[in-house]
Amino acid sequence: MRFLTVSGPPSSGKTSVILRVIEAIQAREKKIGVVKFDCLLTEDDKLYAKKGVLVKKGLSGALCPDHYFVSNIESCVTWGHEHNCEYLISESAGLCNRCSPHINEITAVCVIDNLSGINTPRKIGPMLKSADIVVITKGDIVSQAEREVFASRVKQVNPGAIIMNVNGITGQGAFELTSLFEEASDIETLKGKTLRFSMPAALCSYCLGETRIGEEYQTGNIRKMDI
Amino acid sequence: MKDTSLFHKALTISLEEHPYIEDFLNSFGLDVEPGPNSLQQYLDNLDPDKLEDLGINYQQLCQSLNDFLAGMLTLKEPLDKVDSLTIIGGRDKSGNAENIDLVLKPGEVICIVGPTGSGKSRLLADIEWVAQGDTPTGRKILINNQVPDSKWRFSTEHKLVAQLSQNMNFVMDLSAEEFIRMHAESRLVTNPEEKVAQILKQANQLAGEMFHPDTPVTSLSGGQSRALMIADMAILSKSPIALIDEIENAGIDRKKALDLLVQEEKIILMATHDPILALMGDRRLVIKNGGINKLIESSEAERKNLKSLEELDNKLLALRNRIRSGETLEEI
Repeated sequence: MRFLTVSGPPSSGKTSVILRVIEAIQAREKKIGVVKFDCLLTEDDKLYAKKGVLVKKGLSGALCPDHYFVSNIESCVTWGHEHNCEYLISESAGLCNRCSPHINEITAVCVIDNLSGINTPRKIGPMLKSADIVVITKGDIVSQAEREVFASRVKQVNPGAIIMNVNGITGQGAFELTSLFEEASDIETLKGKTLRFSMPAALCSYCLGETRIGEEYQTGNIRKMDI
Repeated sequence: MKDTSLFHKALTISLEEHPYIEDFLNSFGLDVEPGPNSLQQYLDNLDPDKLEDLGINYQQLCQSLNDFLAGMLTLKEPLDKVDSLTIIGGRDKSGNAENIDLVLKPGEVICIVGPTGSGKSRLLADIEWVAQGDTPTGRKILINNQVPDSKWRFSTEHKLVAQLSQNMNFVMDLSAEEFIRMHAESRLVTNPEEKVAQILKQANQLAGEMFHPDTPVTSLSGGQSRALMIADMAILSKSPIALIDEIENAGIDRKKALDLLVQEEKIILMATHDPILALMGDRRLVIKNGGINKLIESSEAERKNLKSLEELDNKLLALRNRIRSGETLEEI
């Protein structure tokens, strides 16, 4: 089973890109599974189900979404394997820009859009900087020069990645992206694998439900600003 | 192609010779100053905790820096010359063979015509992807009569094709001059200031209405944006093939725009329904049902008609300018 982690900032077009890739993979008559991670709510599982792919939805609720991701992804991979999926795609949003679901030896994709601003590539951490493939979306809305400038900013923070422009609406570029998915890592289990980068730590009173503001309520892993 | 000596020179020298190293480190949230230490020493002295806070580790940073420097070297290399582009036909949506071998040369303009959804974009995409029978159309693309290196597919430094889409919106909060400079810098051109001035000058000659270099790109009119992007493509882009998705009529001298691109010895493919642009092309590809249906050479009779079409067009342009300057059109 070919397994890929797809991540990217909220509303960057992850689901649209994956849907277009699914259409191209289905044209090759392959069985696909998708695991959609989100926080509070998502309707995207319905979009996937409509395409006739196997879907699993995970909502992290009151937990840190990426910690939730890493505690569940191994079972998801086993689930996909047991259902004889030939492709399994996990989709998760990088919500704090410091999180990243990417796993060593597993093909990692980051989706980022042309409208997000010229400094955004710099602001996104390992989710973008350690990805193998960077997909840039919404290119139809801006000019050629702006696409080139944006791509060069992405290239600067992840010079080793393959950078592709894909249009999530028309599907332009999706066929080409799919040919890269065909070369994704082929695995049966995530046993023994490691994350590409540690997740941000939080182990303080607020993790345990504290809501009051003030020095006396702060215990655990606390860091102070220089003011 | 790793230049290891660069890592052992004093930062004062390496930052001077390769100013983009500083920008690279800044983009990871790291500061660097010229000094006697080498780049290697600088990297070795970085605090691992600080790096973790920045979301990067030592190995990844070194790997990225190596990849980045390699990319910069590629950018400085001259581009392989493209003397011809060959399109070997595949099939249309119903599986009918296209039966065509088409050779295009630099300086040539080929128009692509056909209704919306007929497959114009797929043809342009096949060229951009240098398809080798591996796309839905089964077309093959040859460069200089050979199967090209697959590096063309993913290279951001040496893109085979520059595409000018119908959309010319800008979202960046920059002036026209700043924007073009940023684009020039990203392409590592040797004399950015000169190129920027040249592009702004050309753009102003193409646009019906002049604009100032300080104008924010987001305030440019449709015609001005198109003029700026065409000048930018002609002067800054190294890509030997230009794909143009319709140059809209309003506010731009289309003939001059096309001449400017042809002058730069590019192969130009243009999707258009505009009669003037279509007749300016040397040949026209007719796309139907996802396939190349026909090839039309612009005939002598058509070229003669081009003259009268241009006269008509100039007349309309003059009327437009009169409206713009507040005149009435009681007599035309």
